[in-house]
Amino acid sequence: MKIIVAIVRPERANDVLEALYRAEVRGLSVSRVQGHGGELERMETYRGMTVKVELTEKVRFEIGVSDHFVEPTVRAIMLAARTGEVGDGKIFVLPVEKVYRIRTGEEDSAAVTPVG
Amino acid sequence: MTTTPALNGADLAWMMTATALVLLMTPALGFFYGGMTGNKNVLNTILMSFTTLGFSLVAWALVGYSLAFSPGSAVLGDLRWALLNSVNLAPGQSLSPTIAPVIYMAFQATFAIITTALVSGGIIGRMRFQAYLVFITLWIVCVYAPIAHWVWGGGWLGALGALDFAGGTVVHVNAGVAALVAALVVGNRRDYGRQAFVPGNVPFVLLGASLLWFGWFGFNGGSAVASNGLAALAFVNTFLAPAGTMVVWALLDMRRTGKVTAIGIASAIVVGLVVITPASGFVPPIWALVMGGLGAVPSYYAMQWRARTPVDESLDVFAGHAVGGATGAILTGVFAVKAWNTVQNGLIAGNPQQLLIQALAVAGAAAYSALGTFVLLKLIGTVMPLRATRQDQAQGMDPTQHGEEAYTGGEGTVLVLPEISPQPKLESARAKA
Repeated sequence: MKIIVAIVRPERANDVLEALYRAEVRGLSVSRVQGHGGELERMETYRGMTVKVELTEKVRFEIGVSDHFVEPTVRAIMLAARTGEVGDGKIFVLPVEKVYRIRTGEEDSAAVTPVG
Repeated sequence: MTTTPALNGADLAWMMTATALVLLMTPALGFFYGGMTGNKNVLNTILMSFTTLGFSLVAWALVGYSLAFSPGSAVLGDLRWALLNSVNLAPGQSLSPTIAPVIYMAFQATFAIITTALVSGGIIGRMRFQAYLVFITLWIVCVYAPIAHWVWGGGWLGALGALDFAGGTVVHVNAGVAALVAALVVGNRRDYGRQAFVPGNVPFVLLGASLLWFGWFGFNGGSAVASNGLAALAFVNTFLAPAGTMVVWALLDMRRTGKVTAIGIASAIVVGLVVITPASGFVPPIWALVMGGLGAVPSYYAMQWRARTPVDESLDVFAGHAVGGATGAILTGVFAVKAWNTVQNGLIAGNPQQLLIQALAVAGAAAYSALGTFVLLKLIGTVMPLRATRQDQAQGMDPTQHGEEAYTGGEGTVLVLPEISPQPKLESARAKA
């Protein structure tokens, strides 16, 4: 089992969701995060004050998958999230020690396999 | 109401409407200012405007109005109308010939209140609220009332022939200078110059500016103190000038950053209104448009310059109102036309001397405002601390001064039940420990 953490552009988040759905990846969580990945800083002006916005909005996906699902998941995210510009984000694949499904108490692969 | 022949129904109707319009400007200013502050200080900033509607208004009704508008001397009125004595329904008073003194008192009160509220823009985010309440209660009496008396209440600037239709010097130069002095006396916000203070709600700024424009029709139009041609002139000039300012401001913004900014547009509206205020009943409409355009320039660059100084005059009341008010007052001396106002010509119509009188009025109001505000704050400072602690400022003025937050989803809050149930438990738990 792996957990896949993907940080993508907010404007690509819906495309990523759709791609994951088509790849039959179910069960994920999404959060809004702020970060910096080397992209250009944005300048804002308020009257006489100029500020540099160093952190950009990103969307973070966390998806627990069994091993044979890692590759299709990564591919789906990669294709959907890519624009080719700096700031497209990252995908991390991390090992997972143990997974439990709270409702049934199932463990590991059974816990990350969608029901019916 | 008893109808007396000399009371004019149209005048009364317009002046009551105008009073309500100007009253709306104070909460509008609260939103204009509140939107420009951070989310941890927004309630504090809005309340700085709202509380003038209570504390300053009470002081005005009790003594301020009498000191400003009763005959007295050339410097200050007396206390004959204190406690609203003789502020009645009688027509024929010299200041309000066709409307009752009660309405005149209320109309003037709304000016005094908004002027006091304007000062708060210089000291947001760091002044202890108790000290602020004392300040606004006394400022309206000690600083606003004398200057209003000088120009409108039969004082020396009015006698000299200074033209200030609706308060370029009395309201705007006065408030702008007071805000700067207050910022210097109270001191900067703890992180000023080290951190960016980014506006928390720009739509509030636009909302505030639009409500200010709406209310300003009463501010300038009502300053005719009658429903007549002069009121109509002031009304239309109030309509035109901010348009001129907005166009010039947007072009200046575009030249500097390549973009037109929302706060720029909102600021332009307010500056245009400030610039036309002293001139509104004195200049022909075409000059109002020109004045609005010209008036954008000094305030625009004053705001740019101020941001590079070490002075945390936070919301640029000086650049917007003192610079804008002075520009308007001086330009009134340039563009006034007697054929329109029946009072006096300006430079272009062949009366260069008026320019000097205008400059003198600006200088007089600025000097007294600076001195009065400085002494008042120093005196209050001897009795109580003016500044919130560094820690209170860092935590935010909303939770520390008011015990409230503007934006909270209630996450992490736990209901504290009334005394009876949790208190004994807490005690017994402590006893066990």
